[in-house]
Amino acid sequence: MTATIVVVIISAVLTNNFVTVKTYGICPFLGVSKRTSSAVGMGIAVTVVMFLATAVTWPLYMYVMKPLNFDFLEIIVFIFIIAVLVQMLEKILQKMSPSLYNAMGIYLPLITTNCAVLGVTEFLLDEYPSFMNGVAMTYGWAVLYAFLAGLGFTLVMILMSGMREKIGYQKQAKYLKGTPIAMITAAFICMAFTIFSSIIL
Amino acid sequence: MNKYKKITLDGLIFNNPTFMLVLGTCPTLGLISKATSALYMGLTVVVILTLSNIIISALRKLIPNEVRIPAYIVIIATLVTFVRMFLEKLIPSMYDALGGFLALIVVNCIILGRAEAFANKHTVAESAVDGLANGFGFTIAITIMGIICEFFGSGSFFGIEFMNFHISMFSQPAGAFIVYGLCICAFTAIIEAFTRSRERNKNAAKREMLSRELMEQYNIEPGEPAAQPVKAGGEA
Repeated sequence: MTATIVVVIISAVLTNNFVTVKTYGICPFLGVSKRTSSAVGMGIAVTVVMFLATAVTWPLYMYVMKPLNFDFLEIIVFIFIIAVLVQMLEKILQKMSPSLYNAMGIYLPLITTNCAVLGVTEFLLDEYPSFMNGVAMTYGWAVLYAFLAGLGFTLVMILMSGMREKIGYQKQAKYLKGTPIAMITAAFICMAFTIFSSIIL
Repeated sequence: MNKYKKITLDGLIFNNPTFMLVLGTCPTLGLISKATSALYMGLTVVVILTLSNIIISALRKLIPNEVRIPAYIVIIATLVTFVRMFLEKLIPSMYDALGGFLALIVVNCIILGRAEAFANKHTVAESAVDGLANGFGFTIAITIMGIICEFFGSGSFFGIEFMNFHISMFSQPAGAFIVYGLCICAFTAIIEAFTRSRERNKNAAKREMLSRELMEQYNIEPGEPAAQPVKAGGEA
């Protein structure tokens, strides 16, 4: 049990990191990483949505759609649930803490079209994923994995925003300014993360 | 006709979704390690983008403005589901090559972006042309990068091995990021040089026309040196 938890943590945050290894969720990774404060906000928001989306879609797929042979509708149902959740989160934040809502601004509705959220819900439908060491996927594991994958996303966002803030002070070649230099920065983060792929679990 | 030419050129080159707008980056970076899978992704996006543009522009007067984004997402998700079922049954090799990214076409920013920026304001024919142009712009860009990455990553061309070397970084996300960044850089440089030379040509043509008009106004023959009277006055 404990061993599996450690394996899942390392797998979700480092070896199967959603941004640097699976290349999901690149749009916010490049778009919202100019300042560390907005990067942290985006990371937390994506983590919450990933967690909630998996918490709703996983049991729905396993206990309702699969027994009733509705599993071909998974994309439509999942994207609809994610859109509803994001909308709900927006309304709740607007009422509960307007300051946080204003800080998030336009990033919040954009989470709907974030590959990482739909990606994690699809990814966890596998019954015996390779990282689980033969332990069957259950509801608890799925929710834990989604939460940890969100943390991995936040970690990479923070790393990237720190590097981009530093790069902003440097002189850059004319055509490298903006997105190209961000891509090359991201490449170095990816290189650093390939080290973790050699961990044998 | 000129209108369609402009839409096509915008989609393919001047507003290329991959290089100029940097949309749809997740499948691009995930699949350019192999040229074949990159090409498959591009063609799938062409089909879905064209169909979604046609459907959304046909329904643009029926969809209320407040719920347009959920409506577009449901339309796109339905199309993706159809394409996924079609590929799974009929072309399994393509289905395997695309993997998890096939379902993620739903959240590809290019498709929703074109629906929001173009299809809900234009006619069906224009939207269809725009979908084809943007889809092929994406396909060409992603295939070029796939060829580069596959050449360095495994020394092959569309799966045909012809060189016995490989730099494993290029078949991983790190190499994909570097190739994508440098390709954007090269593409913007080429487009800027092209537009600048075209502007220079246009200015030269304009100047020539203006001078010819002036010459006609003052009845000066084109071969005659224009500065002669001034020179004569200076001598006197």
